[in-house]
Amino acid sequence: MIWITQLLNGVLLGGYYALLACGLSFMFGVMRIINLAHGDLAILCACMVFLIADQTGISPFVALIVALPLMAAIGFGLQRLMLERSLRAGMLVPLLTTFGLAIVIENGLFEYFGADSRSLAPYIGDFAFDSWAIPGNIYIGSLALLIFAVAVVLLGGLKLFLTHTSLGRAIRATAEDPDTAELVGINARHVYAVAAAIAVASAGLAGVFLAMRETFSPYSGPTQLIFAFEAVVIGGIGSLSGTLVGGIVLGIAQTFGAQIHPQGFLIAGHIVFLVVLAGRLAAGALQARGGLHRLFARRL
Amino acid sequence: MSKDASFIVERSTRLSAAAGFAAAVLVVVLACGPLLFSANIVDSLTTLFIYLILAVMWNALAGYAGLVSVGQQAFFGLGAYFAIQLSYYGVGVYPALLIGALLAGILSLPISPLMLRLGGGEFAIGMWVVAELAHLLVALDPLINGETGVSLIALNAFSPDHRRAYNYWMALASAVLLLTVVFMLLRGRLGASVQAIRDDEDAAKSVGVRVLAGKRIIFFLAAFGCALAGTLWLATSITFQPNTYFGIQWTAYMIFMVLVGGLGTFEGAIVGGVIFFLIEYMFGATGVWYLIGLGATAIVFALFLPRGLWGTLEDRWGIRLLPLGYSLRMLSADFDQPDAVAAAQERRQTPASLDKHDIAAGDSSPAPPC
Repeated sequence: MIWITQLLNGVLLGGYYALLACGLSFMFGVMRIINLAHGDLAILCACMVFLIADQTGISPFVALIVALPLMAAIGFGLQRLMLERSLRAGMLVPLLTTFGLAIVIENGLFEYFGADSRSLAPYIGDFAFDSWAIPGNIYIGSLALLIFAVAVVLLGGLKLFLTHTSLGRAIRATAEDPDTAELVGINARHVYAVAAAIAVASAGLAGVFLAMRETFSPYSGPTQLIFAFEAVVIGGIGSLSGTLVGGIVLGIAQTFGAQIHPQGFLIAGHIVFLVVLAGRLAAGALQARGGLHRLFARRL
Repeated sequence: MSKDASFIVERSTRLSAAAGFAAAVLVVVLACGPLLFSANIVDSLTTLFIYLILAVMWNALAGYAGLVSVGQQAFFGLGAYFAIQLSYYGVGVYPALLIGALLAGILSLPISPLMLRLGGGEFAIGMWVVAELAHLLVALDPLINGETGVSLIALNAFSPDHRRAYNYWMALASAVLLLTVVFMLLRGRLGASVQAIRDDEDAAKSVGVRVLAGKRIIFFLAAFGCALAGTLWLATSITFQPNTYFGIQWTAYMIFMVLVGGLGTFEGAIVGGVIFFLIEYMFGATGVWYLIGLGATAIVFALFLPRGLWGTLEDRWGIRLLPLGYSLRMLSADFDQPDAVAAAQERRQTPASLDKHDIAAGDSSPAPPC
């Protein structure tokens, strides 16, 4: 029975990873940038919400109304001031600049907040540990369920937004070929900045959920970036629904790993990631740029 | 095209010959270091040599082969870990440092086919995952005591003065050897082919460059070099703590050194290593602000001076201290006249004059790596 509980926990944890990975995947899909500061931006938002909740006593959920637009603005500015220029200099420069940004953010947060681990859990009351019992002595955390639901809604909403709105179509067109998109009257600069705003805001949302679920410190960012990246690669880079699958695979691997060995949580996640890479190599499917889900789809 | 006959393609210039001679003299003087300098200076220079190794290795990876890795600390830590293991099983301390680094280098071979097929950004984080996994697995070893770490006790067999001198000589010898190997490799066929891969992988493949083989050699070399830097660090600091050795700060240092010095220029990595060493000496004690400064400087250089200090100098005045690329010299005119040299350089950059040698001179083209 413990395994079924763990399986469910793993799936729900996967929802968090999908939420975290969504922005990373989206940014890569549109701008071909892998943002190495993704995890640190998530932690930045968590710190921001913590500050609001701690100073004013406002619920972290309400504080999101302030924090998320702020994160979107940061993303917009980041694209305009930094990423746009790095992109012009070639594919490798964005990696270097976002890595520099990651170092600046995490050490800046450390300077301001110190090394203490913090959590938003005390600010959301019982909700942090509430759970539902379902038949068979299985408990599901309500927070974990909420995060999973938000992830599904966000990923689904983003997909609908990309297919059904004119801005979404403009984003897809620009992702496909920015020069041609400009020819038909799309402002690629603006589209990129909007995409960056969406990506950074979604990272911020994930960061706040992380802070509600467990503790975080100024240096938690890199680990979150790695988790997000693993989810993206397992699920197939640039694919939003694949990201959800990737997140769930990673979440299950980690919870099962933790069940086997105290250090197994992280190790199992990394190993599954490498095994998926190796498997894809063996299948020669890497060139196809597909993910696990596409691999399965082809078999069916 | 008959006019082309009045040019010759040459590798070394008077300046580079003089620079080579000066470097040789410098190495001879440095080799006498422990006899000449105070203990403090010897220790500092040992650290500088380790930084130089790291800078040149990361530059070979990212600047020449286009492989931006944020996980080279994997090899830095693994080298030190293997050295501790070997010493524990009775291998002499200094041989253990070398063999440990070699083992970590060899470990890069099974990793490389997996990682090298990943695209730019994927490779970067993929290597980071490898580093994290190595960190976690090493910390599981009871010999290491988890994050508490362990000391290389066997080093106590040497008196502090002897240890200092041996560390210094080993670091100097490693740095000189690795720099020479990288220099020879990049100067030869491999240098031309990896730069072709860096600039356009598909195009390189289409003209018959063996993409994976070239990348793999550089990847192995960089793994071995970083591992050697790790074992040397272990020799100077004696203690091994997984958190320190597998820390992401090593990558931050490497990126800083190479970006400031000049990504994709051989001399630039050396300049960057020296600058980083001086900055750390002056500001290292300020802790967090020092790291913020490093990150911010790296961003500024990547955005506004992507060729770094040395690369900018090189582009501006055509100085090349080490004969790594190719230059054209006019035969008919007196090449000491600045006009003639300028004309020759201009001619060199005209696409119509592109011949086999010019294509190989990829490292001298001002285009940033991509």
